[in-house]
Amino acid sequence: MKITRRSFVKGAGAATAVGMIGTPFIALGASKKVVVVGGGTGGATAAKYLKLADPTIDVTLIEANKHYYTCYLSNEVLSGDRTIDQIKFGYSGVGKHGVKVVHDIVTGIDAGKRVVKTKGGKSFNYDRCIVAPGVDFKWDTIEGYDANVAETITHAWKAGSQTVTLRKQLLAMKDGGTVCITAPPNPFRCPPGPYERASQIAHYFKQHKPKSKIIILDPKPKFSKMGLFTQGWKDLYGYGTDNSMIEWHGTPKGSDDNVLSSIDAKTRTATTGFNEVQADVLNVIPAQKAGKIAFAAGLTKGDWCPINLHTFESTIHKNIHVIGDAAIAKGMPKSGYAANSEAKVCAASIAALLNGHELGTPAYVNTCYSIIGMDYGISVAAVYRLAEDGSKITKVSGGLTPKDASSEMRAREVQYAYSWFDNITNDAFN
Amino acid sequence: MAYTTIKKALIGALALSASSLAFAADKPLMMGASAKMLSDTCAGCHGTNGASVGPAIPSIGGLSTEYFVETMQGYKSGEILSTIMGRIAKGYNDEEFTAMAGFYAKKGFVAANQKFDAAKAKKGAKLHDKYCEKCHADGGTAADDDSGVLAGQLVPYLKWTLADYRAGDRPISKKMKKKLNKMLKAKGDGSIDDLMHFYASQQ
Repeated sequence: MKITRRSFVKGAGAATAVGMIGTPFIALGASKKVVVVGGGTGGATAAKYLKLADPTIDVTLIEANKHYYTCYLSNEVLSGDRTIDQIKFGYSGVGKHGVKVVHDIVTGIDAGKRVVKTKGGKSFNYDRCIVAPGVDFKWDTIEGYDANVAETITHAWKAGSQTVTLRKQLLAMKDGGTVCITAPPNPFRCPPGPYERASQIAHYFKQHKPKSKIIILDPKPKFSKMGLFTQGWKDLYGYGTDNSMIEWHGTPKGSDDNVLSSIDAKTRTATTGFNEVQADVLNVIPAQKAGKIAFAAGLTKGDWCPINLHTFESTIHKNIHVIGDAAIAKGMPKSGYAANSEAKVCAASIAALLNGHELGTPAYVNTCYSIIGMDYGISVAAVYRLAEDGSKITKVSGGLTPKDASSEMRAREVQYAYSWFDNITNDAFN
Repeated sequence: MAYTTIKKALIGALALSASSLAFAADKPLMMGASAKMLSDTCAGCHGTNGASVGPAIPSIGGLSTEYFVETMQGYKSGEILSTIMGRIAKGYNDEEFTAMAGFYAKKGFVAANQKFDAAKAKKGAKLHDKYCEKCHADGGTAADDDSGVLAGQLVPYLKWTLADYRAGDRPISKKMKKKLNKMLKAKGDGSIDDLMHFYASQQ
């Protein structure tokens, strides 16, 4: 027999008020309409899992683009190990589960009237709304940088055309050239991403342009999986020697040494508090905040969206839930797997709320792989539980690939990373 | 009915307090997630309903509950070598392993779509009959007792698991060790490759 928290709560009720058991919170036949705004990993997963939880829920997914390019493994497009089409996903798979997919841009959400409005002039009523807008960039933190400049001096932090542009720039660069990546300040989407990017570019250079260099300018004193990345760079790219293919320049606490202040797009120069780097290829990953619609709908406090960690319902607006990178999911990173996991907790909560059931106990997991080079994968994992007072998503196990893992295990992790990719995209988009 | 619920409540209360002690967190944690809630967290890596689309992470839908629980316990204790599963398994207790095992046992095992060499698969089928069939019944498709499903499982995973058994990185039963050694002695290392093609061929 399985003991769940729910049966415990129900049971406690039974002891005092047997007659209350099974009394629905809402009348039968009430409408169950959910509108999901944003079709990234979080939004697509939530839409699909709502349908899996309760096929009678009317689910509409509104997404601006016909295709989604995953941020994860887009760094392999830069090295040439993967094509852009291999990270491209459509929405017919989500549609197969009965989700109505609408391609339009959401311009506003009326939380009082429970209406989502689009640029195309349509209105969508909802009982519950899920907002999964991903990230937007804080352009004004870097002088000389904006969305237009980013078409040539790419951020490539939302995969797609800029990923292709950056790949072309790397291909066109002469051997002996320099790539400069400016990493963003915390918190940002995919914390190990900038360092995997440097690794994948080095992986390409090692095979085709061995005299070239990658310089990372970082406003932080340390970064995600730092020990494993630097070990990998030593093993594969001469890190720490005079001949190192990768240079990392961090910033001690309280200093502005490698905090990016401005760029010159013409000369591809990045200027920080202490350094000035003129590069052949400049890749600027700006500071981040919640996606546009989160601000338009008044769901933000500071740069991100505060939420109830059990239901992901906004603490600002009732009946609107925020998941993925835009949410303040205290304790969880801004990763694709976290978005997938949060989406499932949110979908289960919404299905319970719409059907008048009590909320179940949530469970969350994150797994994240980085590929440093040929047969060289590393990972971080975590299993989480919610604090009883709802204050934090608390890690109860997990951690990094051990430093002394054998080369055999590192090679297996690459194959597991590829499996992770195939399965998470299938779980979200199919 | 009401009696059962109250009994449940009492046991539930005990389980809650006991489990809360399992983790060194600052604050008490919510316990008792449903089998589905727990199991859905696996799907990002192992596929929706445990049907992995590959190329290496194994499918876990349709496994026997005994095999599932034993394997998770082995990962948790470190007896079974793993890349990531040991780190993850430490986050759950036996009751939760059983809940997840029950969820996945009810899902069908979906054979993976893998390339194979027909001639090798034919040889592998004979080897399987002779050395493996007794425990991995019905051509390795059966999920009984403590045996894993072999037919249609992801081949890289099967290969690595077998290598770990041979290297002593995963506990192996006496019976299996005997049979495996017998096969390797009689047919050489190539026999493993033939077996893999046979399992890949079952789709």
